[in-house]
Amino acid sequence: MQSIIPLGKMTPGTQGIIAGIHSECLLSRRLLDLGFAEGAGIQCLFHSMFGDPTAYEICGTVIALRAGDGASVLVRLPDGADS
Amino acid sequence: MAEAYRFALVGNPNVGKSSLFNALTGLHQHTGNWPGKTVATASGSCSLDGSAVELVDLPGTYSLSAHSPEEEVAAEYISFGSADAVIVVCDATALERNLYLALQVMEITDRVVVCVNLMDEAEKRGITVDIPRLSQLLGVRVVGTSARQKKTLPPLLRAALAAARENRRESVPVRYNETIEAGLFSIAARLDELLPERTPNHRWVAMQLLLGGDSAVRTIEEKLGRPLAEDPFLREAIRLGCERIDRSEENAETAAATVLLRHAAEIASQVVYAERRNGFSRDRKADRILTGKKFGVPIMLLLLLILFYLTVQGANYPSAVLSSVLFGFSDILSRWLLAAGLPLWLHDALILGVYRVTAWVVSVMLPPMAIFFPLFTLLEDVGYLPRIAFNLDKPFERCRACGKQALTMAMGFGCNAAGVVGCRIIDSPRERLLAILTNSFVPCNGRFPILIFLLGAFFSPGEPVVSALLLTGVVCLGIAATFGATRLLSATVLRGEPSSYILELPPYRRPQLGKILVRSLLDRTVFVLGRAAAVAAPAGLILWLLGNISVGNVALLRYLSDTIDPVGRLLGMDGVILLAFVLGFPANETVIPIAMMIYMAEGALNRTLSASAMNGILLANGWTEKTAACVIVFTLIHWPCSTTLLSVKKETGSWTWTALAAALPTLCGALLCMLINLVFH
Repeated sequence: MQSIIPLGKMTPGTQGIIAGIHSECLLSRRLLDLGFAEGAGIQCLFHSMFGDPTAYEICGTVIALRAGDGASVLVRLPDGADS
Repeated sequence: MAEAYRFALVGNPNVGKSSLFNALTGLHQHTGNWPGKTVATASGSCSLDGSAVELVDLPGTYSLSAHSPEEEVAAEYISFGSADAVIVVCDATALERNLYLALQVMEITDRVVVCVNLMDEAEKRGITVDIPRLSQLLGVRVVGTSARQKKTLPPLLRAALAAARENRRESVPVRYNETIEAGLFSIAARLDELLPERTPNHRWVAMQLLLGGDSAVRTIEEKLGRPLAEDPFLREAIRLGCERIDRSEENAETAAATVLLRHAAEIASQVVYAERRNGFSRDRKADRILTGKKFGVPIMLLLLLILFYLTVQGANYPSAVLSSVLFGFSDILSRWLLAAGLPLWLHDALILGVYRVTAWVVSVMLPPMAIFFPLFTLLEDVGYLPRIAFNLDKPFERCRACGKQALTMAMGFGCNAAGVVGCRIIDSPRERLLAILTNSFVPCNGRFPILIFLLGAFFSPGEPVVSALLLTGVVCLGIAATFGATRLLSATVLRGEPSSYILELPPYRRPQLGKILVRSLLDRTVFVLGRAAAVAAPAGLILWLLGNISVGNVALLRYLSDTIDPVGRLLGMDGVILLAFVLGFPANETVIPIAMMIYMAEGALNRTLSASAMNGILLANGWTEKTAACVIVFTLIHWPCSTTLLSVKKETGSWTWTALAAALPTLCGALLCMLINLVFH
């Protein structure tokens, strides 16, 4: 079964596909410009030394987001992936 | 007569756009480009095949959607500026994301050249880009470049010249969904009848009118100088288009951006070949070490220490040379002035006052800055600085501030004025103010010598390792004070939630040493030195007057220091050093020399004394370890220098914030000193 989780819940090393993004806030537009669009592949890379923010690989670049900011992005994990 | 062309450079941040701009224009630039995002544009000139070319370096931006000042500037210049062609600079190692911006630019104008930059970095990671195929898919000229390899640059300019000269058909880079396309078609058709000029592309203007609402209509009208909203047919077309979008119940802006992103991904997948599965594995390995729990903090502190060590040690010799040259010149200057028949008092005021203090400030400030800033720029160029912001974001978030404040704080170690100006990289105005007001809590180059001298003389004589560790402790105290002051401000006058935070961690790159040296010297060192010299000159005059006008039998300087002596004592210091802090307002480097001048009852600054001689004078004047500790704390935390305050005023545009920037550290420092004085009484 496929599971959909908020971006902030991804653990380092997991990959997923962006399933949706709340489009109300200004941040969503900025994220969109960085490639955070529905259907785009994303990989969680590593947390900062204090646990937050987290770095993600998207569109061939590395973008760091705070957990709170990543809450507006939903990610679909592939079958069998641990979340 | 030679033809003249103007090209605009646009691109994502961190794609080497500024390096390219510098490589193309050399030193023929109009404005210095500050690190990060100055919203002002820099322009420069060069020539090619007999044509004069002016290049405009637009601020780095991820998109043209006009949601940030940088995007607005870039979008406006491309749409309504006078560029003959636009060069979109792309990072070959992240082509997909960069093509998104290229597609946006191509919607506005046909005269586009796509520059695939950093080809050398891509090659190192086993990535190749099929340039001819990319050109074919995009329908515009594409040139591969590396700013390091000069021979790749002329083809770029030639391509831009060709794009500027030719008369092109209107191209349609991307098709949107039916709802949007239907609206675009009817609005653009009416625009074709209303507008004679072809740039910006009518389809793009239609898109703005359709999705941007009333404010976009007003902006477009203003820029084109035409009352578009008065045209009933156009109004009707916009109204119908908007209705259709409302009925479709999806966010048209998001849908449009998604189409562009997918198109960019589709093109990238056809032209980018990766030799290895993960060309960035070395970057990730470095990240694991540099941002990891085990080594992250020690490496950060170690690098900081090395930076200070090189700066302070490396500056000693050139400072001494510069000082003896400049002071030697003062004798020559003095003979000229006397030969020219200048009255003695005026000669003394100019030479012993204005000239000597300015010479002193220049000789003690220039060498450390000329070492610190290139090294700092080196860390920036390699890609380490964003990792510092990433590491320290959490503590700053706790203080309701932005992680990028870590960068401006780090820059403050070099020069607080530069740190204050660097705060432009912080988007949220509240968080930018937090960073500006607390920048002087970390010691700059000018204050390090005082700290090093006092730590060495009073707490660790003859033990350089202990001295270095103590210095690190003082630096950490400064960092802790920065956090404390930031938290205090965000709990009182600058209340608010931390804004959202997006930080790109660019790939690590080999730095371009030559350019680092030139740019950091020109942009940072000369800039700061200019401001410093401007305030040092009048301060020198005041110092001379105070030292040479007598009240009764005592010099005014001594009289003043005696008057404020009780305040100095309360703070665990004395009147002399407190007065030296006040008079050292233009440059903290002069604090110790001024104190020496008062203790020795001299009328002017003299050449440098040896450390042991200074120590003897201080001990003879009643200094103890407690005095030294209080002076160290007060050096770390007191009012910023005049150059920094001037920068605070320029950046905030407000005297109130400037006053707060002075009052906050002064109060904190005074309280701490009183506390030390009480405890160790």
